[in-house]
Amino acid sequence: MSIINRRTLLKTGGTFVAGACLPLTNIRLAFADQSQDFTFAYISDSHIQHIKGTKFVRNWDQGLKRAVAEANLMSPKPDFVMYGGDLAQLGTREELDHGFEIMSALKHKTHYVMGEHDYYADLGEYWSSQVGKQYYSFDHKGVHIIVLNSILTDDHWTHERWANGTERMGVMAGLDDPRGSPFMVGAAQRKWLANDLKDISKDTPIIVFSHSPLQKLFKNWNFWTDDAELVQAILQPFDSVTVFYGHVHQIQYNQIGNITFHSVMATAWPWPYPESYAQAENHMPHLTVPINRADPFFERDATGWQYVDINSGKATVKFSLTENEPRTVSYDAKRGHPVDTKYVSRSKPPQNHY
Amino acid sequence: MMKKIFSITAIVLFFSIQTAFAEPLGLPPVPIPADNPQSKAKIALGEKLFNDPRFSSTGDVSCATCHDAAKGFADGPLKTSEGIKGLTGTRNAPTVLNAAYMKSQFWDGREPDLEGQSKGPFINPVEMGLENHEPILTLVRADRTYWKMFRKVFGLKKKEALTMDHVAKAIASFERTIISGDSPFDHYYFTNDKAAMTPAAVRGFNVFLEQGRCVSCHTVSQTHALFTDSRFHNLNVNFNSISGGVKALARRQQQDKADGVDLDVSILTDKAVAELGRFVVTGQWRDIGAFKTPTLRNVDLTAPYMHDGSIKTLEDVVDFYNNGGVVKAGDPVNSFQSGGIRPLGLSDTQKADLVAFLKMLTSPLN
Repeated sequence: MSIINRRTLLKTGGTFVAGACLPLTNIRLAFADQSQDFTFAYISDSHIQHIKGTKFVRNWDQGLKRAVAEANLMSPKPDFVMYGGDLAQLGTREELDHGFEIMSALKHKTHYVMGEHDYYADLGEYWSSQVGKQYYSFDHKGVHIIVLNSILTDDHWTHERWANGTERMGVMAGLDDPRGSPFMVGAAQRKWLANDLKDISKDTPIIVFSHSPLQKLFKNWNFWTDDAELVQAILQPFDSVTVFYGHVHQIQYNQIGNITFHSVMATAWPWPYPESYAQAENHMPHLTVPINRADPFFERDATGWQYVDINSGKATVKFSLTENEPRTVSYDAKRGHPVDTKYVSRSKPPQNHY
Repeated sequence: MMKKIFSITAIVLFFSIQTAFAEPLGLPPVPIPADNPQSKAKIALGEKLFNDPRFSSTGDVSCATCHDAAKGFADGPLKTSEGIKGLTGTRNAPTVLNAAYMKSQFWDGREPDLEGQSKGPFINPVEMGLENHEPILTLVRADRTYWKMFRKVFGLKKKEALTMDHVAKAIASFERTIISGDSPFDHYYFTNDKAAMTPAAVRGFNVFLEQGRCVSCHTVSQTHALFTDSRFHNLNVNFNSISGGVKALARRQQQDKADGVDLDVSILTDKAVAELGRFVVTGQWRDIGAFKTPTLRNVDLTAPYMHDGSIKTLEDVVDFYNNGGVVKAGDPVNSFQSGGIRPLGLSDTQKADLVAFLKMLTSPLN
């Protein structure tokens, strides 16, 4: 890169990011109905970890505090903040309380998604007493928004196999612990979902929030929802569905039929891309261009949070990364799937199976 | 034998006007931009410009006023240097030593290179106070010695062809000769001379690499040591002075910038804006309150420390880091503080050893 180019780059670096502080604009679809446009912030996977007494892991605390502080700088304000799950590491009351306290500095209305680290100590009891329902829906500016608890698993594993909740939580907290069990939404919630959607017209944009991906990516690490295809089948009849999930601590995006998938970043730590580690064949979507991944020399690399612009039901996800350039993944109407505006694979089409 | 040759070469080159391409022990080759090659005559011209106080509105401030060779090319013990009429800015004068290796210039990296950086202070109201660069050009065109030198160095035919870019290039060329290595640490580490550092400093180097976590940002590589990652970090130095109103402040600054207010001016005359650090340049949240990692070479000569010169001694700097980025242990840190800064739990001996090590980074003066 020549000196001139580098200077131009450095000098103009400010103009495009000014959007972070000044009004946000996006390219709207031609038939856009602006009354359906809005922005929300998304913070996820903070894994607040209790050491003892009043001591918590400082790194995880700082990750969440920073995301909260940055989200409070948003202008215009987001309509709401979604917390994507795994506020705690081992689901204790101390961890959840500490996490909620940091979250209380947010100046915006906040909704929560259940993560497995919040759940398996007491099956979500304390979390629910503080947050409310584990799955629910609401309407916002013409968009129907659904929150699912996707980290459930079968009754036998949940109730029969462990001496107590702490042991159960410990097993599920290990990313690749072979004693774990695949996540699922479950029959009861799928029934609720079908019922919730029954009176919604097919052209209403749908946004679904879950903690695990509602697609099957990599079973060994539970980047997986066992009944993903059944959930997708309920959503597929709608013209425009966007699913956001946490859990994976990395940027992923994908398109299956009418459903667009986006992951969100963790504030705690990055996971590597499984395909670089797995010995066996896996189902990572080939759409994701393996670039800009976690740099092991920077412990806060590939962590951060994001805000999402919804235009006519389609999402533009803007990642604010602590140690990296910001990234944007946006739905491309021409291609019919999301693309990273900077890192785009020209050759690889999206995965089209679950 | 090898070591001897190295050190002799390094001592000879140190601080001397050099056009050869050998560097002092412990340093990589100096990056030279393709459009501004080094030459003996250009370096001499740059040195003359660097030391000439006539390029200030009052005629008594030169580059060397605040980047004094006798003070490690910094300006201790002043927290912030005095420009014309005793006016002060907001930032501690960074050393010119090894600035040639920095991937960006100024504490917030707002200029990409020495050429860009060198133009700023002339026209800053609290530094050299000129309205614009014209008086400089008028002077060097009229001055027979300068005109002769410029003509020769840049092959100029007409006086009108002499621009500020030529002035900046000459100064930058001179600054690329102000490099320093060959410290006791370099002998210890790169030539395996185990006697080059005291036992305390050797223990301190270990603290530097391990429990002290210093090396994460003040980098040391296999072949050379610049002691900087050229990145930007929020350490919580004086950020709490603005943490109550970051949003309004950030918005005002970005608006001013969009309206064309000169960054150099607002950064050096507005204390609150100055504390926003690199954010004023990029507008990115991750850069709020973040400042460039300075080199540690000759750090014993360049007190006081940190971007605002607020910490007086190396001992106090070590305490600041040991406390997790606060002067007084237990004080709160801001939410934007870099995640790598945390209480270190160093003992008094470890802290003293670390300071002993930092004092081994001083290069021989001639």
